[in-house]
Amino acid sequence: MTINLIILPVLLQFLLAIILLFFWTRTSIQKIISIAGSMFSILVAVLLFSAVYNNKIITMQAGNWGPPFGITFVADTFSTTMVLLASISAAAVTVFSSVTIKKARMKFGYFPSFHFLLMGLNGAFLTGDIFNLYVWFEVVILSSFVFITLGGKKVQIEGAVKYFTLNFLASMIFLTAIAVLYGLAGSLNMADLSGKIQNIQNQGLVQVTAVLFLVGFGIKSAMFPLYFWLPDSYHTPQAAISAIFAGLLTKVGIYALLRVFSLIFIPDLFMKNLIVILAGLTLFSGGLGALVQVNMRKMLSYLIVCHIGYIIGGLGMFTVAALSGAIFYLIHDIIIKTNLFLVAGVIYKINGELNMKRMGGIYANYPALSLLMAIPLFSLIGVPPLSGFWPKIDLFKESFTTANYFLLGCFIFGSVITLFVISKLWSEVFWKKMKNPVRKPYIRYYDEMPQNQKVLLILPIIFLSLILLYIGLGAENIFQLSNKIATELMDTTAYKNAVLGTTKIHITP
Amino acid sequence: MEIILAIIVGLLYASGIYLMLRRSLVKLVIGLVLLGNGVNLLIFLLGGLVKGKPPIIPPTDTVLGQIYADPVPQALILTAIVISFGLQSFAIVLIKRTYIVLDTDDLDQIHSAEEDEDDY
Repeated sequence: MTINLIILPVLLQFLLAIILLFFWTRTSIQKIISIAGSMFSILVAVLLFSAVYNNKIITMQAGNWGPPFGITFVADTFSTTMVLLASISAAAVTVFSSVTIKKARMKFGYFPSFHFLLMGLNGAFLTGDIFNLYVWFEVVILSSFVFITLGGKKVQIEGAVKYFTLNFLASMIFLTAIAVLYGLAGSLNMADLSGKIQNIQNQGLVQVTAVLFLVGFGIKSAMFPLYFWLPDSYHTPQAAISAIFAGLLTKVGIYALLRVFSLIFIPDLFMKNLIVILAGLTLFSGGLGALVQVNMRKMLSYLIVCHIGYIIGGLGMFTVAALSGAIFYLIHDIIIKTNLFLVAGVIYKINGELNMKRMGGIYANYPALSLLMAIPLFSLIGVPPLSGFWPKIDLFKESFTTANYFLLGCFIFGSVITLFVISKLWSEVFWKKMKNPVRKPYIRYYDEMPQNQKVLLILPIIFLSLILLYIGLGAENIFQLSNKIATELMDTTAYKNAVLGTTKIHITP
Repeated sequence: MEIILAIIVGLLYASGIYLMLRRSLVKLVIGLVLLGNGVNLLIFLLGGLVKGKPPIIPPTDTVLGQIYADPVPQALILTAIVISFGLQSFAIVLIKRTYIVLDTDDLDQIHSAEEDEDDY
């Protein structure tokens, strides 16, 4: 079924970015266009989501080249959910950045790059072609390079060198894997590859290719031995930029992992064990890293790494329930990590500090705001009615039934560490009294802002917190959604039929 | 021909990785460039080398009868070259900027723990 609605999330962002390029120095117009466009993109994402959720998978063959030859776009429930989540976080971040990003930075293409980034993300979620996935990844990382260096401060440049090198290396490994896969199977269409990969004689080389994909996506999604670039770079750019990185950039790697390892390479026992061990160590090392940090944003960066472990662990167990838990966690994680970095940005605007030892007094001065910030912080720990709790039920239960006690231990360790770290943050930042505060002349403090800017600063946090409350309190609906996605990931017949159709094209070799 | 290309690909990968492990920023970027070229050649090699058989259908036929050169790897390489051109030009600007800001070419010196005076 060809419906062109599927390409609209990509085209809309592309169009927005192009329009914004014409208003290069006129930042006030850029803000309005960007915010309005982001709101519209939520609408488009909801339309696409409901069209796919209620009916069936939508596909589009670029240039009407029949599968498996042309580039295919596929929107199944998983892709559309990711597009929806991406546009929700992006809308929150555009509103937040309209206040916090300095005018000088906006004049160097902040908003156009933002929409190019989102175009890349939406493209990566919707494509059904493995080489096209690589191209979208490059669109994403090139825009993110603009973001991470925008401003050109010392720490930013240092972060950017590490970020650039590791991401380039990851892309090259990914491309190597594509080359080997093309040499083996002679196809790039993921649905087509899914059928062809079992018929390859040299299964040893298939395993090697799978590991290459694991390493390539592992660097992007900050898995255990490959995550070191993340805590070294994510705390360097502006709060709004960190928020979009934290919420979406590592998750696109996770998305690719889940897609490739459910559709093309079905994990065998070796692969499952490998992924489970990596997931456990990711939880362990990310948690330990978060424990020792005093820089608030660096600590949150380590928590990103730590919580990636839950999702990869779900993939490693590879049952419907485990994947369902992983997807639920992914949905929760995208919203919460965006929100947490926005919260960190507001805390910085209030205190003017990043070091938690020198912060304090937010609860005494801003009780209502503290209550609002408690929602994402407590959801992250997984206090029962809130959103972090529900996916853990599935993940813990499945690690019992599949007898992965090592992973179970790491899950528990990750949760306890998160609890400890967040309670440390709460007592240091919110309860403690601030000792001899110093006003820095280069910061625009929260209390110096006019009322309308304060509203624009807090509104995105309220919006994302409401969504988190919905994920927590309306967990039944999210469970249904994640279960549907997990079932589709395990049984790919519908996906393959939607892409390849029932009529096969025969070519004489 | 395959053997020669395979050896060149191996050399490009090995020297690329080796240069990336050095401490100098310039060598790092040269390593990245070599690695990128190695990958492009690998795609070309694994796409299958066929000499003098363009994928053009004669007017009398409807399908290609005999063995032909696969055009897909060339399209992939072209895309990959354009992308790595963008990435490499960014890398060169980045190392120049790094040298100006940090006044060093040594990767081991790139770890100042202090925060900038910046409004995050």
